[in-house]
Amino acid sequence: MDYFAQQLINGIVLGSIYGLIAIGYTMVYGIVGMINFAHGDIFMIGGFIALITFLLLVSLGLTAVPVILLIVLLVSMAITALYGWTIERIAYRPLRHSFRLAPMLSAIGMSFVLINYSQIAQGARVKPVPPIITGGYTLHEGSEGFVVRLSNVQIIVVIATIVLLAIFTWLVSRTRLGRDMRACEQDQTMAALLGVDVDRTISMTFVIGAALAAVAGMMYLLYYGLVDFFMGFVAGIKAFTAAVLGGIGSLPGAMLGGLLIGLIETMWSAYFSVEYKDVAAFSILIVVLIFLPTGLLGRPEVEKV
Amino acid sequence: MTAPASQPTSFSRVPGIAFIFKKALISALVALVLFSLMIGIRTEAGPTGQLIFWTRFGDLASMVAIVFGGSIVVELLRQWWGPVETVRIVPPSAQNAMAIGRRAIAPVLLIFTFLVPVIFYDQRYILDLGILVLTYVMLGWGLNVVVGLAGLLDLGYVAFYAVGAYSYALLSTTFGLSFWVCLPLAGILAAFWGVLLGFPVLRLRGDYLAIVTLAFGEIIRLVIINWQSLTGGPNGISGIPRPSFFGIPLTPGDDGLAARLGIEFSPTHRIVFLFYLILALALLTNWVTIRLRHLPIGRAWEALREDEVACRALGINTTTTKLTAFATGAMFGGFAGAFFATRQGFISPESFTFQESALILAIVVLGGMGSQLGVALAALAMIGGFELFRGFDQYRMLVFGVAMVLLMIWRPRGLIGHRAPTVFLERNQAISSELTSEGRG
Repeated sequence: MDYFAQQLINGIVLGSIYGLIAIGYTMVYGIVGMINFAHGDIFMIGGFIALITFLLLVSLGLTAVPVILLIVLLVSMAITALYGWTIERIAYRPLRHSFRLAPMLSAIGMSFVLINYSQIAQGARVKPVPPIITGGYTLHEGSEGFVVRLSNVQIIVVIATIVLLAIFTWLVSRTRLGRDMRACEQDQTMAALLGVDVDRTISMTFVIGAALAAVAGMMYLLYYGLVDFFMGFVAGIKAFTAAVLGGIGSLPGAMLGGLLIGLIETMWSAYFSVEYKDVAAFSILIVVLIFLPTGLLGRPEVEKV
Repeated sequence: MTAPASQPTSFSRVPGIAFIFKKALISALVALVLFSLMIGIRTEAGPTGQLIFWTRFGDLASMVAIVFGGSIVVELLRQWWGPVETVRIVPPSAQNAMAIGRRAIAPVLLIFTFLVPVIFYDQRYILDLGILVLTYVMLGWGLNVVVGLAGLLDLGYVAFYAVGAYSYALLSTTFGLSFWVCLPLAGILAAFWGVLLGFPVLRLRGDYLAIVTLAFGEIIRLVIINWQSLTGGPNGISGIPRPSFFGIPLTPGDDGLAARLGIEFSPTHRIVFLFYLILALALLTNWVTIRLRHLPIGRAWEALREDEVACRALGINTTTTKLTAFATGAMFGGFAGAFFATRQGFISPESFTFQESALILAIVVLGGMGSQLGVALAALAMIGGFELFRGFDQYRMLVFGVAMVLLMIWRPRGLIGHRAPTVFLERNQAISSELTSEGRG
């Protein structure tokens, strides 16, 4: 039971990270109708930028951990958001009225560009960081000496996710930008006729998605203490699985899907085999798409001629 | 009075120097922010495990300068080339010459390919490169059935390549079966996996299908890595038997082909044999595809590509259509995999990554999705291009990615070929508006 509780905690933390990435997929799919294949690599870039900012701040002699975390968060969100904006501008906007598969193929190309760019710029080796946030709480001490622990990093990851999600939900449901986004999702032409700047709205979608992915990248860095240039690929597919499982286009669905995928992966590693955890995640993607193509919270898609 | 509206408003569209400069400045500024941390600062795990970093402001400055200059060049080129929609008229004589060239290129290329081992007999490098190009031509043609003809975006094609390679490797090393027995078996097994993948994804379309095939490809690779008792895991399988000349081994021994023919043994014989073997396999792929295109099933594939809903309305069974496309494509991938295993003598999961799938897909897209000649030329261009980057290995995939994005922006329908349905109506009948309004159009 203690073991299960510990895995539950780990799974929720991992799921929060997946959920943050999944939001980027689901938003872009909802509005533009394409799978932003490079989104996982945006997450990786976010992790790298957080790492570099952190190193810089420490070398400047800053020691207050909350200040460091806040600056790292803001810098990585800002720069990664600019990456998202640039990629949309260069690789996706010219293809908006091209044939169906063109944006997808362009996104695959962009994914290769980002992976190899960070490999060339930062080297191929894994970059470890010393634990930034230490300490934690012992929740329960089992009879056989098994300890259920909740570390401070885990608390921060979950709290940051909840706060960001709250801000983001407010943004989508209450602000002008959110209204524009929902309008574009329903009917781009009509939204444009009614004075919504569609290009700008789509750009902002990518910017917000990338910023959330940057947060996920930073949380990953804090939680696992390492980044490498290839981590975006697998994380990206899993986050996409989360988005599909939750129902693509649905924001609470993305978060729910992320949590489920995180839990499934953790439980699978804990009770079955670590080697096949990725196989399990990918199989879920296939199974969900076959039996539940609209996901848990998604709306059925109407087929138009 | 539409005359004023149709006047070209060219001068308002041509931006001045100030505009170009401003745009380049903004691009450079964006580049500065983007590259500031990623390029300006280099991190590395130091000798004690502690992360160290050093600055590279020179590289950063040159990157920003490149973006600034590049932005100006791109803008000037765009002005010189004019707007995209303009129809450029090619003089009829040039059109004729191009048409003749287009018709002649396939036979010329084929004859040249046949002669390659004769011309370059002494140049092992060129022969090896030729074999590599032909392998990708075959893979491209195989994937072309799925992507180009049936319009099903498959991002996991390399899985079938892997199934073929591992089938041959395991069958030959475990049971000692010969290449010629294993080749059809590898194809059948790959086709079987193709159907197995095809069944669940029947209902999926477009992007979803792409992601599921990608996941499928990754699953196969992960299983190969982790099922160590069967596949040897990351270490792969070595000592895979070389192919024999229909039972006669290509060895220096007494029973070898050279001894039987009474000629001196040379290791080049095997290379030449492999060259013709893959050429034959590739041509078989091509021939089968061309023949299939004239059968009802081939027509159904193309109809499916053009419009699935209409296809179903016409009574075409989309289930069998999709499954046969997957199976046919997978079978050719399996053949190519078996060939790959026998040529290398060693296979490991590293050869079957997603990058490989993307490369094959890029060949098909570059070739114009559906054009056989286009795919062959694209494979030549792509593998040749990769060879140019030998020595700059780390930039290879970067350039590949950039090329893929640019290709999609510039010529999304492919660089070389174009896809045209095999059958189309000869002429458009003019129908008067009354008939149309009565619903007879």
